[in-house]
Amino acid sequence: MRAYLVRRLLALVPTLFFASLIVFSTVRMIPGDIIDMMIAQNDIGSKVSRQALEAALGLDQPMFTQYLAWVSGILLHGDFGKSLWQQSPVLEEILTRIPVTFELGIMALIVALTVAIPIGVISALRQDSWGDYIGRSFSILMLAVPGFWMGTMVMVFPSIWWGISPEVKFVPFHEDPWGNFIQMAIPAVILGTSLSAVTMRMTRTMMLEVLRQDYIRTAWAKGQNERGVVIRHALRNALIPVVTLIGLQAPILIGGAVIMEQIFVIPGMGLLLLEAVSRRDYPVITAVFLIVGVAVVLINLLVDLSYGLLDPKVRFR
Amino acid sequence: MALLSVRGLTTRFRTDRGALTAVDDVSFDLDEGETLAIVGESGSGKSVTALSLMRLIAQPAGQIVAGSAMFEGKDLLSLPEEEMRSVRGDRIAMIFQEPMTSLNPSISVGAQVGEPMVLHRGSTWQAAMAKAGELLDRVRLPDARARVNAYPHQFSGGQRQRAMIAMALACQPRLIIADEPTTALDVTVQAQILALLKELTRETGAALILITHDLGVVARYADRVAVMYGGRMVETASARALYRTPRHPYTEGLLASIPRLDQVAGRRLIPIEGQPPDLTRLPPGCAFRPRCRRATAACETTRPALAEAAPGHWKACLNDAA
Ligand SMILES: Nc1ncnc2c1ncn2[C@@H]1O[C@H](COP(=O)(O)OP(=O)(O)OP(=O)(O)O)[C@@H](O)[C@H]1O
Ligand SMILES: [Mg+2]
Repeated sequence: MRAYLVRRLLALVPTLFFASLIVFSTVRMIPGDIIDMMIAQNDIGSKVSRQALEAALGLDQPMFTQYLAWVSGILLHGDFGKSLWQQSPVLEEILTRIPVTFELGIMALIVALTVAIPIGVISALRQDSWGDYIGRSFSILMLAVPGFWMGTMVMVFPSIWWGISPEVKFVPFHEDPWGNFIQMAIPAVILGTSLSAVTMRMTRTMMLEVLRQDYIRTAWAKGQNERGVVIRHALRNALIPVVTLIGLQAPILIGGAVIMEQIFVIPGMGLLLLEAVSRRDYPVITAVFLIVGVAVVLINLLVDLSYGLLDPKVRFR
Repeated sequence: MALLSVRGLTTRFRTDRGALTAVDDVSFDLDEGETLAIVGESGSGKSVTALSLMRLIAQPAGQIVAGSAMFEGKDLLSLPEEEMRSVRGDRIAMIFQEPMTSLNPSISVGAQVGEPMVLHRGSTWQAAMAKAGELLDRVRLPDARARVNAYPHQFSGGQRQRAMIAMALACQPRLIIADEPTTALDVTVQAQILALLKELTRETGAALILITHDLGVVARYADRVAVMYGGRMVETASARALYRTPRHPYTEGLLASIPRLDQVAGRRLIPIEGQPPDLTRLPPGCAFRPRCRRATAACETTRPALAEAAPGHWKACLNDAA
C-alpha cells in the first residue's frame, strides 16, 4: 500500500513537468501581452519604454531562462513567483482562494451524488415506469442545459421579475458560516445538477446490469427484501464504475467551478484565474494551472484508493 | 402427507418471438426427506419449475398462470410476497448452477453464508459469522473458520459451491432445491459435491429436489426421478423402476445415451436424434413425436396426459409398448 502510494505520487512528477512546460509557454503566446496592457491602462507609453518594462518584469530573458528561474524558485524555495501587477506572492493569493473553490467543488459533488445516485437507482428499479421517464428526461435536460446559462438565468430573472438580486459581496466562511452556505448553495446546486446527469445515467445502467446478475437471484432466494437486495447486494457493485466516472469528471467539475465563480462573483481559484488571464498575469496563471493539475491527479488517486473499499478484488501493490 | 404437493403448475413467458409455456401442467409430490431428481434436456423447463416454486420467476415477462404448490399447509403459489420471503432461505433453500457468479463478489463469504440467520432468526451479524464458520466447516471447506472473512474470488468453483450449500443449510430448511449444482464443476468435484449434498440432507432430514440433465449421475442419489420434456412431465417413477423399465421413449433414449461401466468397449452411445422443441411453436399432439421412434398417427393430434402405467410409475405416452 505505501509502495503503491509512493509510486503513484512519483508518477505525478513527469505529468507536472510536461503540464508546466505547456502552460508556461502557451500563456506567453496569448495575443496581446502584459506590456501592451500595462501601457494601455496606465497611459505610460510615452514615459516608459517597452524595453524598460520588459526588463523590470524579467520578460526580456529567453523563455527557457524564465522557465528555469521559475521552476527552481518552486523547487528550491517553494516560491511560485510574484504577481506581475500587484507584486504580491502568488502562493499567498492562491492559498486564500483554494478553500473557497474546494468548498464549492465539494458542495457541488455532494449535490451531484445525492441527486444522481437515488434517481439512478430508482430509475433502474422501476425501469420504463413514469418515474424512470421523468428521471431520464431530467437527466437529458441537465445534459442539454449548460450550467453557465442556468447560472445567468438565476442571476438575471429574479432581479427583473421581483427586483431581488443575489448578494454579490462574498461572505467568507469564517465570518458567517450560514451566510456563506446560503451564498454558495445556488452555484453548488447548479453545478451539481449539471454534473449529476452523466452520473445518474451511469448509475441506472450499472444498476440494471447488476440486477441481472446471478448473485442478485441468490439474494432473493435467501429471503432478502427489495431494500436488502438493492442496498446490500446491488448498490456497492453498481457503484464501482460510477466512482471511476466521478474521477473522470474532476476536470469538468473544476471547469464548471471556474464559470460559477465568475457568474456569482465568488473569489475562488476560478475568479483568480479569469482575472489573471484577462490581465496576462503569467505567474498567477501558471500557478493556478499547476495547482489544478495536482488536484485532478490527487482526486483520481483518491478515486483509485476508494476502489479498495468497494471492490475486495483490488489490492494495491 | 407429502411435504410438497405440486398440482398443475403452469408458467408462461412472453418473449419477442411470442408467448411460450415453459412449464405446462406439472404435478408431483415430495415426501419428507425424499430426494427427487428432475431430469431433462436444456430448455425442458427444469429451472423454471424450481424458480416458480420459489416465486422467483422474472416478472413481468414470466407469470405463473395456474396450479398450486402445498408446502407445510400453505400454497406457495398464492402466498403474499412478504410471507413468501419468510419461506425463502428459511423453510426452502435453493442452490444454483453457477457457483462462480452466484456469490456476491463484494461481500465476504461468511457474511453471505450467515445472512439467512440474520434475516430469519434475528441473529446478530457477529453470531451469524460464527455460525457461518461452523457451516463452512460442516461442508468440509478446508480451514473454514479462518476463511469466513475471505471473498468469493479467493475460492475455487468447488469451494464456492460448498459455500452455497452451507448457505442453504443455514436455517435448516425442510426442502433444498439444487438446480444443476455440479454442472459447472470438474467431474471429480461433481461427485464430491453430490455426495456431500446427499449426506447433509440425510443428516438434517431435508427433502431434496435435484435438477440435472444427467440421468447417469443422478442414479446414485435420487429416490425418485421425474423426466421433463418440452415443459411437461413425461415420466415419473422410483429411481429403481425408471432405470430398470423406462416406459417413455424419451427416457429410453436418455438412458441409451448414458455411458455405462458394463458397456462393451467400442459400442457407440445412441444420442436421441433431432432437436428439442421450439416452445413458441409447439405442434398439437405429443411434443416428442417428431423425434419418437414409436410415433403413430394418434400422436399427431392427441397430447398424452400423465397416467399410471404401473403402481407409482407414471408416464405420458399413448403407446403401451414398454
Ligand atoms: N426469463 C425468461 N424469459 C423468456 N423465456 C424464458 C425465461 N426463462 C426461461 N425461459 C424459457 O423457458 C424454457 C425453459 O427454460 P428452463 O430454464 O427451465 O430450462 P432448463 O430445463 O432449466 O434448461 P437448462 O438445462 O439449460 O438449464 C426455455 O425455452 C427458455 O427459453
Ligand atoms: Mg436450468
